[in-house]
Amino acid sequence: METQARFNWRDNFRLGLLAAVVALSLCAIGVVGTFAQRDIIGGVVSLGHVFLFGAALGGGYLAAHRDADGGTGRALLGGAFIGFLSSLPLVVLALVAEPFHLRQFLPNVSPELLEMLTLGQGQMPGLLILVAVVTVLGLVGVGMARLPSHVRRPLLTGLGVVFLIGLLSETIALAWGSHGLGLRIRRFMFASKGLSIPGVLVVFAAATGLNVWWNTQGSRVRQRVAALPPRRQQVLRWGGIALGILILLILPFLLRRYLSEVIVNVGLYILMGLGLNIVVGFAGLLDLGYVAFFAIGAYTMALLTPSEYGVANLSFWTALPFCVLAAVLAGIFLGVPVLRMRGDYLAIVTLGFGEIVRILVLSDFLAPLIGGAQGILKIPNASIGGLEIVHPEHLYYLVLAGCLLAFFVSWRLRDARLGRQWMAMREDEDVAEAMGINLVRTKLLAFAIGAAFSGMSGAIFAAKLSSVFPHSFSLMVSINVLCLIIVGGIGSLPGVVVGALALVGLPELLREFAEYRLLMYGALLILMMLARPEGFWPSEVRKRELHTESAPTGGGSPIGSA
Amino acid sequence: MPMLELQDVHAYYGNIHALKGISLTVEEGEIVTLIGANGAGKTTTLRTISGLLKPRQGKVYLEGEDLDQYKAHEIVYKGVAMVPEGRGIFAKLTVAENLDMGAYSRRDKKGIAEDLERVFELFPRLKERRNQVAGTLSGGEQQMLATARALMARPRLLLMDEPSMGLAPVLVEDVFDRIMEINHEGTTILLVEQNAHMALQVAHRGYVLQTGEIVLGDTADGLRQNPMVQKAYLGME
Repeated sequence: METQARFNWRDNFRLGLLAAVVALSLCAIGVVGTFAQRDIIGGVVSLGHVFLFGAALGGGYLAAHRDADGGTGRALLGGAFIGFLSSLPLVVLALVAEPFHLRQFLPNVSPELLEMLTLGQGQMPGLLILVAVVTVLGLVGVGMARLPSHVRRPLLTGLGVVFLIGLLSETIALAWGSHGLGLRIRRFMFASKGLSIPGVLVVFAAATGLNVWWNTQGSRVRQRVAALPPRRQQVLRWGGIALGILILLILPFLLRRYLSEVIVNVGLYILMGLGLNIVVGFAGLLDLGYVAFFAIGAYTMALLTPSEYGVANLSFWTALPFCVLAAVLAGIFLGVPVLRMRGDYLAIVTLGFGEIVRILVLSDFLAPLIGGAQGILKIPNASIGGLEIVHPEHLYYLVLAGCLLAFFVSWRLRDARLGRQWMAMREDEDVAEAMGINLVRTKLLAFAIGAAFSGMSGAIFAAKLSSVFPHSFSLMVSINVLCLIIVGGIGSLPGVVVGALALVGLPELLREFAEYRLLMYGALLILMMLARPEGFWPSEVRKRELHTESAPTGGGSPIGSA
Repeated sequence: MPMLELQDVHAYYGNIHALKGISLTVEEGEIVTLIGANGAGKTTTLRTISGLLKPRQGKVYLEGEDLDQYKAHEIVYKGVAMVPEGRGIFAKLTVAENLDMGAYSRRDKKGIAEDLERVFELFPRLKERRNQVAGTLSGGEQQMLATARALMARPRLLLMDEPSMGLAPVLVEDVFDRIMEINHEGTTILLVEQNAHMALQVAHRGYVLQTGEIVLGDTADGLRQNPMVQKAYLGME
């Protein structure tokens, strides 16, 4: 009993230290300073604050979470201790920065950052307030962990939604337009930067309310739907799909030009992601040179149309099948030599293949044919019945059509015999062969179909920019596509969409992120592997695989009855 | 004409001469067992028959047809199914999905549904656990699943590699009971076993393999009476 009730100095000290290191390093590398410009709640809280104070909040939460059956008093003490501890290095930083000219070594320790640390209150009172605030945040973290879940969940949802909308307020505010009712709503909800105070209240109330409603009434709604006759359910499902497609169709009118451009980029990555998902997710063949097919599609489009280096005079639409065909042939060309390779070896060879293609298009040797480092200009835009598809709002439909096609093909293939072959091959090549599966054909089909989507994406990309340059086809593209599949959930089709929105769309909207893109990827991937290894929207098989211990899907017992 | 015939088969792993001229026959409706110590070439023989390994010399005939011209996945369509060693199952898929994969080579939906019922009758435990992830089954259940999955291909010849490996003694008896039952329903079986005692109880005939060669071939009873077999494989003095 005695040891039970004792305060765990070591764990709390460790967590406090960890929180301090996180906050301090975020300051030192400039994350806090950079994001201080992006207000979430206009003039009150910026993204920089979130990074600065998030560590103490998280530390308190973790401490209380770990010591779940300890007393509340002890947990609160721990939270305050962690918060206090994590504030000390920040205080030291603020005190020594000027006398020691720290800025010479740490260029990000700017006067703006120091002003942020002292909360604009002058040095001594400001730092005292800082210590108090961070300590209180440690307590709040504990409080969050200790709240009963029916209170905590709506609260966290509300805060999360406020955070997201505040973060993207610049873009969301734009969508309301600049006159009439739209403008009035916009003025009410948003400050010049970030959400306005009334906006925060409205958003928080709506998100919390919806969450509470769903927690209390959601199961009843689901039961009602389940009780409907199957025909009605089917109507409901198709209605949902139709509504989804309708939203997709009118999206450019809601989003306007800039956001349409972002969505077009996301769409090109979704197209590539769906292709790589077949190769990596379905068939289990790790391909790190996937950008090669994107490049081949783009260059084929450039060469077959009347561009600078065009050798044929085809229109976009007639050239498109050839682009896909070229990518398919390249896929088979890559596939044949790696048929007998597995795992790491396959990854290295495909990595080399991607680099070979990039270096080839960059080389002086091929420059007379495909432009070398200068790239190829004057590729004609796609056009329908005389209408040139130049604006992102129109390109959107082109990309949407490609994505829907790829989505449909992937979805049908997954449940077809070929999908089964891929799945069996992924799990165990030898056993798959012993089941009567032709491994050569199955592998080559995976490479070929995966390459086809990427080739299509490349072709649209070329027509969109009306130019291609070798530097668009760097290894980073392959890594991006692979990351978005992993983050979304490997082998899952909606996962590709979620992953592309998160990894391609978000950095596009938050331009400051671009500087820290690799850091964010690294952090996100590590966090994902720790907290949600199956991805945001996992496939059924992955979910089962990673959660067999916690939730056995045993002998047809009703799942989720608890 | 025998169901399966091997004539002077030589097989290699790289430079290692694993099979040094194996000749054997399996008649339709029989259970034939290959017994021998570790590394004698039992598994290699099965891999050669199923086409996963190609003989460098010698022939494998299935009902008089030379199998050399077929690849491993094509031999499945000829009616030869293998239960791999170490229960090669698809660990991440459910029991039902594993069985589904077993019927991969077939397209007759009605026949597949019938056979599913049949294997569930043979292995009721699998029916109980049809939605469970195969990797979480017990060792005995995984062996059942591997066998059931092979049966889903409706094979005429079933190749079984060490079905008793790593199983509790009480389960071993159960597995061999099932093997006899499968045979009674008309499937010819070539059984590779280290557990010579059990294998010779269920088999009609058997061969003894030693370092890549067949040193003895006789009826199961004959082998059981053989002093060399008794000493080396049955642990009797």
